[in-house]
Amino acid sequence: MQKNQDSKIIEVKNLTKKFGDFVAVDKINFSVKKGEIFAFLGPNGAGKSTTIKMLTTLIKPTTGEMSVNGFNPVSEQYDTRKSFGIVFQDPSLDEELTALENMNLHGVLYGIKSDLREKRMKELLSIVELWDRKDDFVKNFSGGMKRRLEIARGLLHHPKIFFLDEPTLGLDPQTRNKIWDYIKKLNVAEQTTIFFTTHYMEEAARVAQKIAVIDKGKIISCGTLEELQSQTSTTSLEDAFLKLTGYDIREEQASSIDRMRQRRKK
Amino acid sequence: MMIVYILWIRQLKRFVRNRSRMIASLANPLFMLVAFGFGFGPIFERAGGGDYINFLTPGIISQTLLFTGIFTGIELIWDRQFGFLKETFVAPVSRWQIIIGRTLGGATIAVFQGLLILLITLFIGFNPVSYFAILPALLIMLLTASLFAGLGTAIATMLDDHQGFQLVMNFLILPMFFLSGALFPLDDLPGFIKVISYINPMTYGVDALRYVLIGQSHFSIMLSVPILLTLSFATVSVGSYLFTKIEVK
Repeated sequence: MQKNQDSKIIEVKNLTKKFGDFVAVDKINFSVKKGEIFAFLGPNGAGKSTTIKMLTTLIKPTTGEMSVNGFNPVSEQYDTRKSFGIVFQDPSLDEELTALENMNLHGVLYGIKSDLREKRMKELLSIVELWDRKDDFVKNFSGGMKRRLEIARGLLHHPKIFFLDEPTLGLDPQTRNKIWDYIKKLNVAEQTTIFFTTHYMEEAARVAQKIAVIDKGKIISCGTLEELQSQTSTTSLEDAFLKLTGYDIREEQASSIDRMRQRRKK
Repeated sequence: MMIVYILWIRQLKRFVRNRSRMIASLANPLFMLVAFGFGFGPIFERAGGGDYINFLTPGIISQTLLFTGIFTGIELIWDRQFGFLKETFVAPVSRWQIIIGRTLGGATIAVFQGLLILLITLFIGFNPVSYFAILPALLIMLLTASLFAGLGTAIATMLDDHQGFQLVMNFLILPMFFLSGALFPLDDLPGFIKVISYINPMTYGVDALRYVLIGQSHFSIMLSVPILLTLSFATVSVGSYLFTKIEVK
């Protein structure tokens, strides 16, 4: 079934998610090609994380269709989950465990045989330069180290698609560059599709092959950097972004989370 | 099975590494045992109740199971806050495996704590009917611990953050402990306290454990053990079911 979709590894049609009366994601359509680096941009509360959560089986859409690596995230959760790796916006490590124990737990959850697990753990931790610190507790790691560990962990099962929700938030330029170098290498070597969100426009401009801009739950533009710039007659992604989404400061992210919390209580 | 195992071992590792918590959770029941045991001992004996330390020890062990069991379940809130839960939710495993591993881990920790208390009490005057009584006692302890670990999980799925924990402590854990027959015999209680203690799951854990350790009990073991078994099956199932329904923020 993967074959007839050919090169589209993610496809989204009329995807909608409502929390009560609030429409977080409003009939969005887009597709991501296999091996592409795809940036998903938008102001706070635009619906980025909600979309990622739907694609990664964490929440169910209200209406619409999705396909991830040829699988339906709603009805084929197991196969969908095997297809992707993810680095969440907030850390999701067990701080009381060591770096290696976190990796190992992930490997077991994804059913990777122990000899292959050992090999890959060493490989990946070396790449993100944490092999020397493998037996240290994660609670003693800096923000950048935690992020690198999460990236290594997310790749342990060799996912076809790698979701990164603001992977470089709060990191210094050195760490950011290192992380992107590594992700780009992976993208070329393994043909891993990269789907990421960020607030750093120059970062998106530099690495993304295709960019979608989402605002108030709707995709307002989608294309290459050049297409976005010519569409808005601007010369930088930041200007294009501001022209598309306006200059008003958005509600804090917390409010959308609050809404979800309220929903969950019912 | 590997999934259940790795999450079980995770719980144990976290527990063993947290020395201060381990000591704190041992100190509380021991303090109770010494204060109540030696404080009320003489009166209890004069009233014809027999050796109070002997009577009290199964109650204090059950208290440990209650506190530690519920606490390990409620720890789920921390997993949610620190994001670890999301990592397990996007993994290609069923949530039942995750929560069963977690709950078993919590129950194991509680039993281990209970066993430590039991060993310590042997040095301060506790006299079980036989040392072999520890084997059936372990079984009862495992049931009680699972019951409360399941209950803690169920509560955690309904709480958003640890602020609700004080409520749980004051309106659930403490009443369950005080009104369970852990501290006093149920025989001649006023009617309404008796009713409350009869619907209190903790009562059956205490009573069964007291029976296997010192041969005294309020109910027949043929009643308390099946009740305990049913209740722990129920709380673990309900807790796990609620866990599978958690929506991620």
